[in-house]
Amino acid sequence: MTGTILGAPDVARALTRIAHEIIERNDGAADIVLLGIPTRGEPLARRLAQRIADVESGFDAADRCGSLDITMYRDDLHKQPTRSIGATTLPAAGIDDAVVVLVDDVFHTGRTIRAALDAVKDLGRPRAVQLAVLVDRGHRELPIRADFVGKNIPTARSERVAVHLEEIDGEDAVILTGGER
Amino acid sequence: MKHLLGTKDMTREDAVLILDTAAQMAATQEREIRKLPTLRGKTVVNLFFEDSTRTRISFEAAAKRLSADVINFSAKGSSVSKGESLKDTALTLQAMGADAVVVRHWASGAAYQLAHGGWLHGSVLNAGDGTHEHPTQALLDAFTARKHLVGDPAGKGLDGLHIAIVGDVLHSRVARSNVHLLTTLGARVSLVAPPTLLPVGMGPWPVDVFHSLDDALDAADVDAVMMLRVQRERMTGGGSAFFPSPEEYTRLFGLDGDRMARLPEHTIVMHPGPMNRGLEISAEAADSPRSVIVEQVANGVAVRMAALYLLLAGEEQA
Amino acid sequence: MSDAFVIKGASLYGDTVRDVAVVDGVIVESAPASAVVIDADGLVLLPGLVDAHTHLREPGREDAETIETGSRAAARGGYAAVYAMANTNPVADTAGVVEQVWSRGREIGLVDVFPVGAVTVGLKGEHLSEMGAMAHSRARVRCFSDDGVCVYDPVIMRRALEYVKSFDGVVIQHAQDLRLTQGSQMHEGEVSAELGLAGWPAVAEESIVARDVLLAGHVGSRVHVQHVSTAGSVDIIRWAKSRGINVTAEATPHHLLLTHEEAKTYNPLFKVNPPLRTSEDVEALRDGLADGTIDIVATDHAPHASEDKDCEWAAASFGMLGLETALGVLQQVMVDSGRMTWRDVARVMSETPARIGRVEDQHGRPLEPGEPANLTLVDPKAAWTVEPAALASRARNTPYAGRELPGRAVATFLRGVPTHLDTRFEGVFA
Repeated sequence: MTGTILGAPDVARALTRIAHEIIERNDGAADIVLLGIPTRGEPLARRLAQRIADVESGFDAADRCGSLDITMYRDDLHKQPTRSIGATTLPAAGIDDAVVVLVDDVFHTGRTIRAALDAVKDLGRPRAVQLAVLVDRGHRELPIRADFVGKNIPTARSERVAVHLEEIDGEDAVILTGGER
Repeated sequence: MKHLLGTKDMTREDAVLILDTAAQMAATQEREIRKLPTLRGKTVVNLFFEDSTRTRISFEAAAKRLSADVINFSAKGSSVSKGESLKDTALTLQAMGADAVVVRHWASGAAYQLAHGGWLHGSVLNAGDGTHEHPTQALLDAFTARKHLVGDPAGKGLDGLHIAIVGDVLHSRVARSNVHLLTTLGARVSLVAPPTLLPVGMGPWPVDVFHSLDDALDAADVDAVMMLRVQRERMTGGGSAFFPSPEEYTRLFGLDGDRMARLPEHTIVMHPGPMNRGLEISAEAADSPRSVIVEQVANGVAVRMAALYLLLAGEEQA
Repeated sequence: MSDAFVIKGASLYGDTVRDVAVVDGVIVESAPASAVVIDADGLVLLPGLVDAHTHLREPGREDAETIETGSRAAARGGYAAVYAMANTNPVADTAGVVEQVWSRGREIGLVDVFPVGAVTVGLKGEHLSEMGAMAHSRARVRCFSDDGVCVYDPVIMRRALEYVKSFDGVVIQHAQDLRLTQGSQMHEGEVSAELGLAGWPAVAEESIVARDVLLAGHVGSRVHVQHVSTAGSVDIIRWAKSRGINVTAEATPHHLLLTHEEAKTYNPLFKVNPPLRTSEDVEALRDGLADGTIDIVATDHAPHASEDKDCEWAAASFGMLGLETALGVLQQVMVDSGRMTWRDVARVMSETPARIGRVEDQHGRPLEPGEPANLTLVDPKAAWTVEPAALASRARNTPYAGRELPGRAVATFLRGVPTHLDTRFEGVFA
C-alpha cells in the first residue's frame, strides 16, 4: 500500500469532517483554541479554524489559532542532533479556561503529544485539551488517544508517512514510503 | 556545537542560529511559568576563577530556567597565589559529572585549555577569559542590537549597521568578541579609543579606528554606541597610566547629553556593565530612553539559555 | 681511559672521510691493532658540541633537572660541554656555588660543566657579585650573566663590562627592557592582539642590545647577546660588528624554527623568554647565522617541572628543553636547506662557543692528532620523532613533541670516554 494514500480532495474532506466534529463535540466553537504543532500542524490548525469560522459566525479564525513548539519538552533531545526551536504563539486572550485542540499531521508514538501536554501546562490552564490529527498510523508508546482523526492508516514501523501540505510543500497529499514488504 | 569558546571562528550560520534560538528563549521568559524542562538531569558547573556576580547569576538563571542542576564553584586565586591548578579543578568537575562547565578565568586561553586539555568530557562555555574573549556578552549585544535595529529579525544578521565600540579595547574581552561577531554578522565596526588602549597588531581587524568620539560621530552615522567600562587601574599605576586623567578621557571619549543629541534618532546606547557613571558615560546618557543597558541584562539570560540549549540538548558530540 | 678505538669511515666536518684514532683520550696518528673499531660509515664527525646556554637547575630545582640528568641530556644531544646558567637557588654568585656546580659536573663526568657566574648579587641588578673570586676559583669562571633577568641598570652594566676585562671575561646579556615587558606573555603583534595575551615588544630586546653594544664599544669590553630573537637585533649586531665592537651573539634552535603562531593553542610549552617571534624574524635569524652576524647556536635548555607548564599560559613558566633536539633542528633549518655546511655547524655549535667562554684550549679543537678526543658522531639520516617521555632530561617540556627531526647525535665522547652511544654501537666497548 505504498504511494499516495490521500490526495488533495481526501485531505480537504477529512479536514472539513474534523472541523464539524470539533463543533459538534463542543456544542459550538465558543471556547475553542486551535494550537498547531510545528511544522505541519500549524497550517492544519489554520485550515481547521477557517472551516470552523465558515460555519460558526462569531468565530474569528485568525484570533483562535496559534502554534505550540514542543521542542524543549521532548524526551528524546539527547538522542538526536540538536533541533532548532520553533515559535510558540498563542491567541491574545491566552488559553486559560479555553478548550485547546492540539493539531498535528501524523499521530504515531504519542510522545510528541505528551510533550505538547507538558508545554500547554506551562502556558496556562485550559478547561479541556483535545487532539486532532490528519493521520493516525498507530504504534502508540503512551496511553494517549486522538479525539479527531482524518484517516487511520495501518503501517509497519519501518514505513514512513509523509504529509505534504500546499503551504509548505506545494501540494496536499499523504504518502507512504519504505518498509519491508 | 560542542563548546562556546569565542566568536573568532564562529560562522555566520551558527551566530544567527544562536540569536534565533535566543529569541525563542526570550519569548518563554515573558510567560508566567518561565521554567522549561529541557535540560532536566543535566549538570552545569559555574567555575569562576574571578569574581563576576553579574555573569554568574545570568548563567545560573539561564541554566535553572532550563531545569539543569547548577553547581557554583568559586576557585578564586590570582596568578600569584595559584592555588589548585586548572587541571586538578577540571578533573574534579569531570568526576562530578559536569555536562557543561561555564568558566570565567583571569587568564586568556583558560577556556580553550579546559576544552582541549583532555581533562573533561563536557561542553565548555567561556564566560570571559582574561583579555581574550567573552562570547556570550557579544552575543547578547548582537541580539539586543538586532532586536532594536533590524525589522523582522529572525534569520537575519546585522548587515549594513554601523556600531561604534568606545573605550579600553586593549584590555577588553568584550571588545574582541564583539569585533569578530558583529563583523561576521555583517555590521561595520568602528573602534574609538586612545592609541594607548588599542592593541599593537590589530592591523588585520576589519574595523575603522578613531581617537575621539567626536571624530567617530563626524565620520558616519552610527546605529549603536557600545561604551566599554574603563578600569580604575588603567588610570593609575604610576608612570604606566594609559591616559593622562579621567577628565581628559571623559572629554574625548565620554558619552554625554551633548553627544547623545548628535546621534540619529534610532541609535541605541549599550554598555556591558557595570558602568562608571560620570567617566565613560553620563547619567543622562545611561538613563536615556535610548539606553538599552538594562535590557541587555535580560537578553543575557536568553542568550545564555540558547547557548546552553544548543550545546547540551542534542546528542552528545565527540 | 686507556682504551684505544678508531672511528672508521666518518666524514670529518661532513667533507673529509678519514679514520680517527683515539688512545688515552687523545687523538693519535694511528691506533694499535687491538683498538676497538667503530663503524661510522655515512656518519659525520664533529668536535664535541659546546652549549653556551644551559639551565641545569641544580641547586634548587632538582625536581626539574639535576646536573646529572642535564649532563646526560647534553651528552645525548652530542654535547661535550655546557655553560650552566647562574639562576639557581642559591644563585651562582659566589665562588662557593660555582665550585660546587663545577666539581659536581666533573664527578658525573658526562660533560664538562662550566658554571656561569651571576653579574649581580642574587640576580637583583643592584650590586656586582664577586666576579673576581669566581674567576679565580677552581671553576675559572669567564662568563657572567644574570640570565633570566636583564642587567637593566646601565651603570651596573657598564661597570660589569669594565670589570670583567681584568680576567678576560665576558658579560652575557639577557636583553629585555623590564619596564616595556611588565607582565608580558608573548611576542607583541597580530597573534597577541588576537589572543589577548600581554605583548613582549621586539623593541624591548633591541633597545637593550643597542645600548649594550654601544657600552661595550665605549669601554672596550666584550659583550655576548643571548637568545637573539628579532630581526632588529640582528641588524644592530651586524652594525656593531661592522664598527669593530667586540660583540658575539647566539640564536636558539627554537627561535630559528618556531613562530608566535604556536601560541594560538595556548599550550604553555611554547611559552619562552624571549618569546617566539614572527616568520620574518625567524628568517632574519637564519640569515644572520648564515652570514656570521650571529656567532653561535645555544639551546637555552630550560627544564621545568610539569606543574609549571600544565597550567594557564599566564601562570606557566618561560622556557623549553633544547639539549637533545638542538642538533636535529639546526640540521633541518640550516644544513638540509643548504644554508650551512657541517663545518659551519662545528663552528657555531662547538668552536666559537668554546672561544666565547675561553675554554678553547679544551673544547672546539681541530680533529687532529694531539687534540683531546671530544667528539660527536652525527647521523644526518637518522630521522626520529621527538617523544617527551624518551628524553634523558628529567623535565618533559619540549616544544617538539611528535615532530620529526632529520638527524641526531649517535655517539659522544668526552676525552675519549663514550658518554652517549646509540643502540647501534651496543657492545662495541664491552
